[in-house]
Amino acid sequence: MTELAIETRGLIKTFGDTRAVDGLDLAVPAGMVYGVLGPNGAGKTTAVRMLATLLRPDGGEGRVFGHDIAREADAVRNRVSLTGQYASVDEDLTGMENLVLLSRLLGHRKPAAKERAAQLLEAFGLTAAGGRLVKTYSGGMRRRIDIAASILNTPDLLFLDEPTTGLDPRSRNQVWDIIRIVVAHGTTVLLTTQYLEEADRLAGRIAVIDRGKVIAEGTPGELKSSVGAGAVHVRLRDAGQRPEAERLLAKALDAPVYLEADPVALTARVSADGAAAAEQAALALSELAGAGIVVDDFSLGQPSLDEVFLALTDHPATEKEIAA
Amino acid sequence: MSTDTSASTTAYVPVAETLGTVLAPSSRPPRPSALSASVTFGWRAMLKIKHVPEQLFDVTAFPIMMTLMFTFLFGGALAGSPGQYLQFVLPGIMVQSVVMITMYTGIEVNKDIERGVFDRFRTLPIWRPSPMVGYLLGDMLRYVMASVVILIVGLILGFRPAGGIAGAAAGIAVLVGFSFAFSWLWTMLGLLLRSEKSVMGWSMMVLFPLTFLSNVFVDPSTMPGWLQVFVVHINPISHLVASVRSLMSGQPNVAELGWVLIAGVALIAIFGSLTMRLYNRK
Repeated sequence: MTELAIETRGLIKTFGDTRAVDGLDLAVPAGMVYGVLGPNGAGKTTAVRMLATLLRPDGGEGRVFGHDIAREADAVRNRVSLTGQYASVDEDLTGMENLVLLSRLLGHRKPAAKERAAQLLEAFGLTAAGGRLVKTYSGGMRRRIDIAASILNTPDLLFLDEPTTGLDPRSRNQVWDIIRIVVAHGTTVLLTTQYLEEADRLAGRIAVIDRGKVIAEGTPGELKSSVGAGAVHVRLRDAGQRPEAERLLAKALDAPVYLEADPVALTARVSADGAAAAEQAALALSELAGAGIVVDDFSLGQPSLDEVFLALTDHPATEKEIAA
Repeated sequence: MSTDTSASTTAYVPVAETLGTVLAPSSRPPRPSALSASVTFGWRAMLKIKHVPEQLFDVTAFPIMMTLMFTFLFGGALAGSPGQYLQFVLPGIMVQSVVMITMYTGIEVNKDIERGVFDRFRTLPIWRPSPMVGYLLGDMLRYVMASVVILIVGLILGFRPAGGIAGAAAGIAVLVGFSFAFSWLWTMLGLLLRSEKSVMGWSMMVLFPLTFLSNVFVDPSTMPGWLQVFVVHINPISHLVASVRSLMSGQPNVAELGWVLIAGVALIAIFGSLTMRLYNRK
């Protein structure tokens, strides 16, 4: 059996009346990217903050490489690093100063700290920007200095809390490449994300969490097949025909149909895979045509996070815009 | 300094080999000592002053204003002339100004929490109080600066301490030491309160009574008896002012100095431990 980087049982954190994390069970094998997927407010950040010893759990237990997160916090801190949603570097210092500062705090003497900082700036393409205050950095550069700060002492476990939220596509790809390289060198990465695509591309296993609990867990392939290979999105000309279209699609595809906020749009899961999925979708659309329902536009795509949620929980992800 | 932001973003492609060398597990150094970690955080505070020297305005302009204002406002009425009043009031003004600027510690702590950098410090395997001690080390420099500025203004206006340079230096040392202890109140409030504004609000509630209901401006013997109890015996600022005055006048008052020492130790014991409780729970 492989070593577990993280193991939690019934982890609970309450803020006032809300249970942000409500009995979380996780088993994260060492040496891979483990994706934690969920909408805003699902409890991802709270869970990460507990595992990184920033918050004390109110119940249950958690272990990081066998060390209890509440009782052996210092032993945990020795092996982990965290890059939070907001830049966890000092904006009022330069990139170089930030890395030297943290390097010193990790025990390097001044010359070694400077050398280490220079190496990291080089590896992250920030040498030219090293003398500038971090508050002048672009979003992508900030993310990079942040990740560089997290690997000053190569950690055994790296928490990346929504590392690509708010980044442009180019910067996002850079972060993805960095994550792949970091994992290839033996560091376990716990990645939280709102994007199924991101988890799909990077993670070896994914836990889907909602309302503080794990609602599904598995490899990306397992997860997707539990949801259906894809989804057909249909736009009708006439909103009045939507109830009829919903009934026909549900019957033809034998799957739940989700009514979009847009009154002429519907989405339905397609259970088949590849070419068979296209065929199934085409048949369903011809059913609509046969019943005199005018379809303005349709597309067949990967299930979105919203659809994963719908399938797993029977309620849509709370934040509508993330389904895009 | 380069100003070219876009070029370094667009040109960057993560390379496995380059990143690999920095990821190669080199031996980890032993964790830094409590002192070394604290001094490193103190260095951070210095760097911040270096990058934004304007923040020193508080510790220079404000004390000068206070000294000039009170010397000429009250001098004639209370002591016959500003020059004579200055001999009495200068050590008091110095204490008031420095104690007032201690509250910036709370604002700094609060600002750091709002940004993510605090989380980074809290996940490091270092001596837990070191970030807090670091703030205070940086602030002690500000306290020394403010004291020296006031002393210089005082000397220009005609302040002549009987204790000479040594007495003035000893007075400043006691003041800075006490302010270090007093600042733990602000680290606690900085951690406890939600915003900079509430830290500011609280600081006025604490600092105005403490510094005005004291022997800073007048001899307490003219005050009503019940007020004298607070001003002379309870208020630690009065003991501090009496100590600084006695040192600067070359006649150290051991009893008052003993009081200041006890108050300082008590402040660190109470607010230091409350600060660390909050820091660990946050």
